[in-house]
Amino acid sequence: MSYQPSELRLQREAAKRRASRRSTLIAVLSTVIIGTVLTVVVTGAPGFKAVKQSFFSWHYAVSSFPHVLSGLWLNLRVLIVAGIVVLIFGLLIALARTSHSPVLYPVRLLATIYTDIFRGLPLLLVLLLVGFGLPGLGISWIPTSAVILGTVSLVLTYSAYVGEVIRAGIEAVNPAQRMAGRALGLGQSQTQRYVVLPQALRKVTPALLNDLISLQKDSGLISVLGAIDAIRAAQIETAQSFNFTPYLVAGALFVSLTIPLTRFTDWLTNKQDRARVQQGQW
Amino acid sequence: MKKTLSASLSVAALVGSLTLGFGANPSSAATSGAALPTLTKGFLTIGTDNPAYTPWFDSNKPANGKGFESAVAYAVAKQLGFPASKVKWVVAPFNTVIQPGKKAFDFDINEVSITPERAKAVDFSTGYYDVAQALVTTTKSKIAKAKSIADLANAKLGASVGSTSYSTINDVIKPKSKASVFDTNDLATAALKNGQIDGLVLDLPTAFYVAGAELTNGLIVGQFAPKAGSDQFGLVLTKGSTLTKSVSAAVDALRANGTLKALAAKWLASVGGAPVLK
Repeated sequence: MSYQPSELRLQREAAKRRASRRSTLIAVLSTVIIGTVLTVVVTGAPGFKAVKQSFFSWHYAVSSFPHVLSGLWLNLRVLIVAGIVVLIFGLLIALARTSHSPVLYPVRLLATIYTDIFRGLPLLLVLLLVGFGLPGLGISWIPTSAVILGTVSLVLTYSAYVGEVIRAGIEAVNPAQRMAGRALGLGQSQTQRYVVLPQALRKVTPALLNDLISLQKDSGLISVLGAIDAIRAAQIETAQSFNFTPYLVAGALFVSLTIPLTRFTDWLTNKQDRARVQQGQW
Repeated sequence: MKKTLSASLSVAALVGSLTLGFGANPSSAATSGAALPTLTKGFLTIGTDNPAYTPWFDSNKPANGKGFESAVAYAVAKQLGFPASKVKWVVAPFNTVIQPGKKAFDFDINEVSITPERAKAVDFSTGYYDVAQALVTTTKSKIAKAKSIADLANAKLGASVGSTSYSTINDVIKPKSKASVFDTNDLATAALKNGQIDGLVLDLPTAFYVAGAELTNGLIVGQFAPKAGSDQFGLVLTKGSTLTKSVSAAVDALRANGTLKALAAKWLASVGGAPVLK
């Protein structure tokens, strides 16, 4: 005999469906009302025409697009180079800070001081110090290129952040894992490489991607050293026309880069959560 | 410093509006300035950025009447019927000067070049200064001995953002490597000192100041001949401001009676000294 839901259950389900329909209706209504009010308030504002002309001019969006896009190409190149170097440096710093050997004490100390200083210093200050201070020394092998010096500054600052993130990941791995690794006959560094780090990095992947997105936007700050990135290109266009639309173009381009990264982060997190639930690690 | 200044100004504003309340007489409008529809009735509010650079201003104090633009601002105010005591200064960064809508000043004076494109977003007075662009470098730079624009083809040049100087690099000099763009002339000068750029394009009066006062071994390579009347500094007003006509008339009067020329001679280095690069 097939399953027959009870009368009570059918009633309960019907009530649930009604409630759900009702809340959908209310959500739609409230969205429409709030949307209408916002539209009326914004478009009805006395200065709306001027704001529209200043910020949403199709003419300036089109004319500034190629300049802003070529600026964005610089952002992208800086992001890729700095991103890779930051991950390597961050990992080294995290390894140094979580080491226990007495021989490595000075390295540990240096890594701690480095993290304290560069996590605290505003990026802009690091950029000015590295970008104008270093070449000011007059040492011939120090590069004078704004892009190289800017990337160095980004690496200095972000390695400190990323180092701390990875360290948190390493410390979150249960010490029993390390002991288990040793018990299996793995050496100290083999345990680190094959047991601890894979787990540590998996734990902090979303946080690392967060830093990557942040790095992507901060890559534009190197423009204070003279390089022309997307925002600076927009600023140049804006200064010529007194129209803010180029900034919006740059903003749209940045968002179009960030959204896929964010979605990717979400997807990765979800996947890990599901995997953990299946493994009973939740 | 700034606070005390604005506090005393607002006290002055209060006193001023009280006294003016009685004697207001439409026929004396041309001489008192009180009848002009200014931001604060009876006062003229003038904007400029902070820091305000020499030789356009002096010691970053627009209200001291020293420096070319400060002097011009007070001359325009006087022409409009506002004595120095009825002039208020506000800090107006570049973005607030170009933003849409009502602005926090009656007019802004900050080395802003007049272009037809910009005039779609703001009102300009007639020009109060014809400006030429010049190239500054140091004696040890590879372009120190350049004699023509062709000699600059391989130079790495810099300018500050939003300046006509940047357009001069791209449209007139056209060097092979991309120009560096800095937030301020100070940062650009620092880059020049470090040898990060070979030369820096500035407006001519600023170029004389940077080469003479800020760089130890600075020199002016030359200036670039402007197309006649093509680059003029103008006062910036809100788009469609009711004051634009009166302010322009005041500037015109100051040009006609020789005041602008005299002030330029007093505050700006003689600009004839730099060779014209072709």
